[in-house]
Amino acid sequence: MLKQLTHTQIWVHDQDEALAFYTEKLGMELREDVTVPELGNFRWLSVGVPGQPDVAITLMAVPGPPVFDEDTRKQIQTLLAKGAAGGLFFSTDDIQASYEELKGRGVEFSQEPTEQPYGVDAGFRDSSGNQFRLAQRR
Amino acid sequence: MTQVHPVRHLLRAKDLVDARYREPLDVPTLARAAYLSPAHFSREFRRAFGEAPHQYLLTRRLERAAALLRNTDRTVADICLMVGLRSVGSFTTSFRRTFGSSPTAYRAAHTPAVARARVPTCVLQAYARPQSSTFGEDGAARRG
Repeated sequence: MLKQLTHTQIWVHDQDEALAFYTEKLGMELREDVTVPELGNFRWLSVGVPGQPDVAITLMAVPGPPVFDEDTRKQIQTLLAKGAAGGLFFSTDDIQASYEELKGRGVEFSQEPTEQPYGVDAGFRDSSGNQFRLAQRR
Repeated sequence: MTQVHPVRHLLRAKDLVDARYREPLDVPTLARAAYLSPAHFSREFRRAFGEAPHQYLLTRRLERAAALLRNTDRTVADICLMVGLRSVGSFTTSFRRTFGSSPTAYRAAHTPAVARARVPTCVLQAYARPQSSTFGEDGAARRG
């Protein structure tokens, strides 16, 4: 049977830009950064939330041939830039403090902390356009 | 560093609508956020997201208004101002055209969603947003 979720994958526009955003702005830690020459310099890049070692986020560049044809690659890149390529959900112990801190580092919020039945949550995006939620649950 | 995808700038303008709908936002302000001229911006926004920026802004405001009607006891006039609209008359008209009933009747017909399910906000906002295709004036724009 399945044992554990280890990695979740999101597309990023540019891996260097994403790595800087996730580590410097969101405060995540680098987990893996391996480039494989025999795979056309495929770069396996992952980050994670400090204190949660068993789940990593793979920051995946959108590949061209031989993985995807050029049209497909462009379609994914466009969906990503439109904010239509998915997102992630995070939690925090202090939403207001986290909001101020992240905003101070230049993270773009589409929703300030807002009261919800399950707690208080806010919305922001990464540098690529992926949508994230940050919630302080009751 | 890879060049920024042009649509990413449009998404920034779209996010601005979601974040600052309470303010008197206009298309030139949104266009500036996307680094485009207002005319070019409106065209490109529609091409990317399927509706004009002012329509997207109105649906955001109506979605928020509907939530406030369901979840608070603020007056209709208060709610109108709280979502960035200034005329209660045109708010009521837009609301009725979109949701099929007046704000007061809508409130009476809806118990708060929170009483039924613990649905995350982003889902509520995305699914509760009225579609601008239900607006009468949208026909010409879509054909064009």
